[in-house]
Amino acid sequence: MSVTDRPYQASIEADPDLPIIRITRDFDATPAQLMRAHTDPELFARWVGPDGMETKILDWDATTGGRWRYVASRDGMDFGFHGSFHEVGDDFIVQTFTFDGQPDDVALETLRFEDLGDGRTRLHAQSLVDSFVGRDQWLASGMQTGIDQGYAKLDALVKEI
Amino acid sequence: MADDQLSRIFSALADPTRRDMVARLAAGDATVGELAEPYGVSLQAVSKHVKVLADAGLVTQSKDAQRRPCHLEAEIFSLMTKWIERYREEAEQRYQRLDAVLAEMQAAEQPTSRRRRSQGAAS
Repeated sequence: MSVTDRPYQASIEADPDLPIIRITRDFDATPAQLMRAHTDPELFARWVGPDGMETKILDWDATTGGRWRYVASRDGMDFGFHGSFHEVGDDFIVQTFTFDGQPDDVALETLRFEDLGDGRTRLHAQSLVDSFVGRDQWLASGMQTGIDQGYAKLDALVKEI
Repeated sequence: MADDQLSRIFSALADPTRRDMVARLAAGDATVGELAEPYGVSLQAVSKHVKVLADAGLVTQSKDAQRRPCHLEAEIFSLMTKWIERYREEAEQRYQRLDAVLAEMQAAEQPTSRRRRSQGAAS
């Protein structure tokens, strides 16, 4: 699905004082719908991406104290991710995120869905990592895309802007 | 840019004193002595920090001038901004896919197309 005029754009902030990345993005949907898209494994697998990679959910219990694990695959290469659902509320999720390739590194992610009314919702996504080096390397690596694979695609994308 | 230089940049900036010094240099060139003033540490300690920043390519020192002021290489920072922009673009791509999923969910929730489902079955 391609929609050319996007009314909303993700904004990003790398906190200068704490190893935190914050992303904000508005959606034409209710907080409940966003919660469902984040907690229903079939829906989540359809959008978590990246483009061109197939996401396979291996383990999923989106409840407080639950856990998750999935593998993103392309061209026979697998990138695994896992974590815990620390707290799943009505309009927020606190979870951990680890790339299987760096099992000692964990990010604490807080997702908050702010009701803007009129069927719109603002997503506040915050990732706290355990060091500035970790945060900045994470930013630099485009970790979700896979350390080695994604750069060409991202380069093409950056040129298109 | 080679990955190892990128790692050096990130390691150099992992230290709060060095980040502070970089912020100071963003306002204008300064000598090692001037950089040392706010910290109450020795010139040698500041020189060490400057060396780490210089090895990472973040800071240069003019060789001939007697004061040897430190100069921040601003283009390295535009590179970092580019990395952050890439990360943002990746998130934006992800959320555009989420837009599409949400639009389909909403279409499925329209009264005309509503159908009874056994619990949890969404095939």
